[in-house]
Amino acid sequence: MHYLIMLQGTQPAEPPPPALMDAIMNLGAEATAAGALLDTAGLAPSALGGARVSLAGGHLSVMDGPFAESKEFISYALYQVRSREEAVEWASRFLRLHQEHWPAWEGEATVLKVFGPEDAPAP
Amino acid sequence: MTDQPAGAAGPTGAATEQPAGTAAAVHRTVAAVWRMEAARIIAGLARVTGDVGLAEELAQDALVTALEQWPRTGVPPNPAGWLTTTARNRAIDAHRRRAVGRRAVETLGREAVGRGADRHGDPAPEDADPIGDDLLRLLFTACHPVLGTQARVALTLRCLGGLSTEEIARAFLVPESTAAQRVVRAKRTLADRGVTFTLPEPPELAERLASVLEVIYLIFNEGYSATAGEDWTRPGLCEEALRLGRVLAGLVPDEPEVHGLLALMEIQASRLPARTSPAGEPVPLAEQDRRRWDRLLIRRGLAALARAETLPAPIGPYTLQAGIAACHARAASVADTDWARIAALYEVLGGLWPSPVVQLNRAVAVGMANGPAAGLAVLDAVDTAALARYPQLPAVRGDLLERLGRADEARAEFRRAAGLTRNAGERALFLRRAGDA
Repeated sequence: MHYLIMLQGTQPAEPPPPALMDAIMNLGAEATAAGALLDTAGLAPSALGGARVSLAGGHLSVMDGPFAESKEFISYALYQVRSREEAVEWASRFLRLHQEHWPAWEGEATVLKVFGPEDAPAP
Repeated sequence: MTDQPAGAAGPTGAATEQPAGTAAAVHRTVAAVWRMEAARIIAGLARVTGDVGLAEELAQDALVTALEQWPRTGVPPNPAGWLTTTARNRAIDAHRRRAVGRRAVETLGREAVGRGADRHGDPAPEDADPIGDDLLRLLFTACHPVLGTQARVALTLRCLGGLSTEEIARAFLVPESTAAQRVVRAKRTLADRGVTFTLPEPPELAERLASVLEVIYLIFNEGYSATAGEDWTRPGLCEEALRLGRVLAGLVPDEPEVHGLLALMEIQASRLPARTSPAGEPVPLAEQDRRRWDRLLIRRGLAALARAETLPAPIGPYTLQAGIAACHARAASVADTDWARIAALYEVLGGLWPSPVVQLNRAVAVGMANGPAAGLAVLDAVDTAALARYPQLPAVRGDLLERLGRADEARAEFRRAAGLTRNAGERALFLRRAGDA
C-alpha cells in the first residue's frame, strides 16, 4: 500500500541548517534502499508561483499565492509500506531529524493512504 | 506532536483508560518497526554468529521482549535501535548459554563493551551495515540452492520481509504449521549442509544470483496471479517482491538482470489497479482500462529497464520480459501496441529460455501482429503435452479460434480452460467467454 506524507510548517525566516538537510538526504537514501520511498520532492513557498483554483457556487476562481494560512506545504513523500504504522514511523523519523537539528522548528507531517488495488471492493 | 509514533502509549501510559486500544496500538507499532528492521537485525546478528537460523531466533527474542515491555514502558524514541541493541544483548547471553564457540563470544563481547541498556535505544556504530553486505549475505543465504523452492521463499519472507509464520501461511494459503515447518527445516538444512554466511565468489555468483531472482519473482507471481484461492491477486505479495527487488538493485547495482527483474515487476504491478473487475474477475490485458495503470510504477519500471539495457552484459530473460512489458506500458491501446516487436522479443526469449509458455505467448503476439491464423500456426507447434494442465493454453487457442469465427471450437477450449484453473475469478472469466455464465 502507498502512503502520501505531506510536511507542513511555518515558513522560517532562515534557511534550514545544513546538518538537517544532510540528515534528510541520508534518511531519503535509507528509505530508498529499503525499497520504501518511491518519490519525494520539496515544494516552493506559495509566494513563489503558487496558486489555488477553487470551485464555489458554480464559479471557478484562481487565486495567486501567497496564501493566507500561516502553515505552508514544505515537501511530500510517497512511500510503499505494509501498514499505516510503518508510514507513521517514517514520518516520525523525518520529524525526529528536525527535532535534533532544528529544535526551534515546528510543523506536522500528514500521513494519508493512497487508494490502491488492495482497496478493491470484495467480490 | 510527541516524540513517539502516534497511537503509542506514553511512558505514563493510558492503560487504565484504554487498555485494549492502547496495547493494540503498541503492538501494531512494534510489528511495523519489526518488519522495517528485521532483515538488518538478523543480518547483523548472522554476521557475528555465522548462523542465520540462530540469528533469526535471537532477533525473534528481541521482538518478544518488545511486545512484553513496550505496552508498559512506552515505545522508546528510537524503536529500531532498541530492537537492534536488545537483539545483540540477547545474542551475547545466548552464546554464553549455548557456548557455541569461543571466538564468536569474544567478538560479541568486544563489540558490546561499554554498551549498557541505552534508554533511547540508539544502536552502537558497529551495528551499521552501510554498504549492505550483511543484508546481501542474508539474501544469498536465504535463497541458497541447497534449499527447495518453497523453503527459500519461506525463509526469505521470514528473514528479509519480517513476516511471521502466520503471515507466510496466509500468503500461500497453507496451514500455519506447514509454513512454520518450512522455516524450521530450511534453517536446519542450512546448518546441516554447513552453509556459511558469506557472499558467493564469482564462479558461482551467477547461479546464486539466479536463485535469488527466482525467489523474488516467485513471490511476485504468487501475488500477481494467485495460483489458488478466491482472490485473483494479492497486491501485498507483489509489493513485498517489489520491495525486495528494489533492495537488491541497491545492493548489486551492476547486475543488469537485477534491474531487468525490477523493471518487469514495476511494470506488471502498474497494471494491478486495472487487472481486477469490480466483481473480482480478472481483466485480460486487452480489456484493461489503461487510464487506471499506475504511471509512477511505469515510470520507475522504464527507468529500471533503461539501466538494465545500458549495463554491459548480454541481455537476459528478465530484461527481455521487461522489454515486452514496456511495449504494453508505452502503448495507448491494444491496437497501438508494437506486437511485431513483442513477437520478436519472445523469439529471442525462447532461444535463451526454451519454454512452451514462452512459445504460447509468442503465439498470442504473432496472432496480434499477423492475424489469428498465423498465431494458431505458432500455437500448433507448441509442446502441448508439457502444458496439459495449463489453463492458458486452451484459453489462448479459444481466443484465436473465436477471432477466426470458429465459435463452437472456441467454446470447447474456454470450457477446458475453466476446468483447469484453480482460481475462482479466472474460472468465471473462462466460463463467461464459453457462453456458460
